[in-house]
Amino acid sequence: MSVKVYVPCDAAALSMGADEVAGAIAKQGGSDVQIIRNGSRGMLWLEPLVEVETPKGRVAYGPVGEDDVASLFAADFLSGEDHPLGHGVTEEIPYFAKQERLTFARVGITDPLSLSDYEAHDGLAGLKKALKMKPSEIVAQVKESGLRGRGGAGFPTGIKWETALAQTEPQKYLCCNADEGDSGTFADRMLMEGDPFCLIEGMIIGARAIGADTGYIYLRSEYPHAIKTMRRAIHIMEDAGWLGDDIQGSGTNFHLSVRVGAGAYICGEESSMLESLEGKRGQVKVKPPIPAIKGLFNKPTIVNNVLSLASVPIILDKGGAFYKDYGQGRSLGTQPFQLAGDIKQGGLVEKAFGVTLRELVEDFGGGTYSGKPVRAVQAGGPLGAYLAPDQFDVEMDYEKLAEAGGMMGHGGLVVFNDTVDMAKMARYAMEFCEIESCGKCTPCRVGSVRGKETIEKIMDGENVKDNLALIDELCDLMTDSSLCAMGGLTAMPVQSAIKLFPEDFTERSK
Amino acid sequence: MVTLLNTVEDKVAREVCRQYGDRPEELLEIFHTVQAQSGYISDEAIRTIAHALNRSRAEIHGVASFYHDYKREPGAKKTLKICRAEACQANGSDQLIEEAEQMFGTKLDAKAKDVKLEATYCLGNCALGPAVMVDEALYGRVDAKRLEMIAKKHGAKQKGAAS
Ligand SMILES: Cc1cc2nc3c(=O)[nH]c(=O)nc-3n(C[C@H](O)[C@H](O)[C@H](O)COP(=O)(O)O)c2cc1C
Ligand code: SF4
Ligand code: FES
Repeated sequence: MSVKVYVPCDAAALSMGADEVAGAIAKQGGSDVQIIRNGSRGMLWLEPLVEVETPKGRVAYGPVGEDDVASLFAADFLSGEDHPLGHGVTEEIPYFAKQERLTFARVGITDPLSLSDYEAHDGLAGLKKALKMKPSEIVAQVKESGLRGRGGAGFPTGIKWETALAQTEPQKYLCCNADEGDSGTFADRMLMEGDPFCLIEGMIIGARAIGADTGYIYLRSEYPHAIKTMRRAIHIMEDAGWLGDDIQGSGTNFHLSVRVGAGAYICGEESSMLESLEGKRGQVKVKPPIPAIKGLFNKPTIVNNVLSLASVPIILDKGGAFYKDYGQGRSLGTQPFQLAGDIKQGGLVEKAFGVTLRELVEDFGGGTYSGKPVRAVQAGGPLGAYLAPDQFDVEMDYEKLAEAGGMMGHGGLVVFNDTVDMAKMARYAMEFCEIESCGKCTPCRVGSVRGKETIEKIMDGENVKDNLALIDELCDLMTDSSLCAMGGLTAMPVQSAIKLFPEDFTERSK
Repeated sequence: MVTLLNTVEDKVAREVCRQYGDRPEELLEIFHTVQAQSGYISDEAIRTIAHALNRSRAEIHGVASFYHDYKREPGAKKTLKICRAEACQANGSDQLIEEAEQMFGTKLDAKAKDVKLEATYCLGNCALGPAVMVDEALYGRVDAKRLEMIAKKHGAKQKGAAS
């Protein structure tokens, strides 16, 4: 009998040579090994993380390079024997064992494109229940769960669905926002590459709940692996009768396809995304009307993030009450946090809301990869605030983080060491806004250019005091009068950097 | 009905539009496919697409110019996309960019014949930065040494190298 060896096909693992490692193991192992390309367990610093199935569980080795393969065989890794790269049983590694994996329950465990594997690991259980429920009952479960949108705005998913369900228009759409443009985030990508059926299952449940017969996954072009996996997964689900007309005799029709973005950050904003899905420039639209009433092609449309939709199957399977047992306050359930930047143990950590930033950065993350002290963390993507180490005891939930001046966003945390120049990061925030602005409103389009220039003057030591006052005014103007959060939140990283690290602006040697 | 009298039709674009049923909402996919086949989106392609989708040329051009992905002129033989978003900056992408500029004798985002260095804003590999993408291959923890390996693997010519 051949031994099962898992080598991830996740893009992060591939970026460190997983294909070459899989090839080398297959070559040396021959018929002794059966290679399975799984998703990533999320311990990205250990990628490529090779796992061997043994009687005591899956045993992990990593990061494995092509050149390590011979020595792994020599140490008899196929029996789970010790090796300098060995970490013991994967699920006992503290980083993994301490997590609460609901949305990512299967990621890294299954073969992403094996429907039988999916079903053997509780896949389709939520959908099977949902197909026997009335749309209003599905919505009730999602409301009960307390699930809030994981794309950034944190709007209650159940309430959004309820609005769309109430529309009498026969044509409705369900769109998945897989534009994941925030630096420091990769959870959507990992989910789509590691458990694509879960997203599809969540979308079918959503489609039944609101009465949509057509769905799109708007997936960014920077994710070629996720695009391929999602498209293949959709075909597999179609062939198995889980997508199409009259799904499993339930009367629910749902046709799903992937649409590829074209490198515009703003297309992650939902109205811009819908314009883009219509084949237009991704310009932001004034709300109201909200998409749930008038969205794609002016029809009622739900836009939800990948993680919001992928959390729905377990909510339907185990019930809203089960899900809301996790978390605290008005932040219920779990959040897949992403540890990024200069971090020793970067990766995906799914935890109930309420875990502290310190636990994430220090206990899970292990400090910096460079070994230098941590100076700042940017939470919530490029429009999120910087936080300093004396704020790290903040509990990570929507409200508590906001009180501390931060933002949950899509759950990304970017760690910077003490060599970071915060004036440079503030300048970059303005530059990013300039590059990615949709151009519709002046405070964002022009303000970002002026902001960048003014910070450059500060960096050159030119009229620092006056220019800092100017930046502050400009930031307030952008916050108050931009049409969307692109211009409206760019002040967050800029003003937090100035407030927390004034010396980087006032004491420049130049 | 306007005809394409006296204008050159772009055969690739014409066929791609047909493939997508001449539907305007498929415009992004049409651009992606034309670019994959022709390397860029030419003026003729814009005109052909506008005609096929029954839209104005200005409108089609407006969409192409909105998105960073679409190239309106022939590009370099190889494009190396280097991430310069925050998480990669935290891991030294600025230095990597300088080294790459030296290595290939070009500037970030400058026009180039052989190798173009293109700034990109997050490749979803933020725990393993700096990240680089060539064609559809993703690389993590890229330093000068790894960049050299990547260039070799993809046949990206370094400065001074014999052609
Ligand atoms: C500039 C900007 C970029 C955004 N990018 C994304 C994104 O990449 N992915 C996402 O899901 N939501 C993004 N959003 C939020 C969406 O507008 C929207 O709130 C979300 O997709 C709704 O889904 P949810 O309720 O499930 O979070 C962005 C918003 C703004 C203003
Ligand atoms: S704030 Fe910026 S991105 Fe948003 S609508 Fe205005 S110009 Fe467009
Ligand atoms: S910031 Fe560079 S890959 Fe995400």
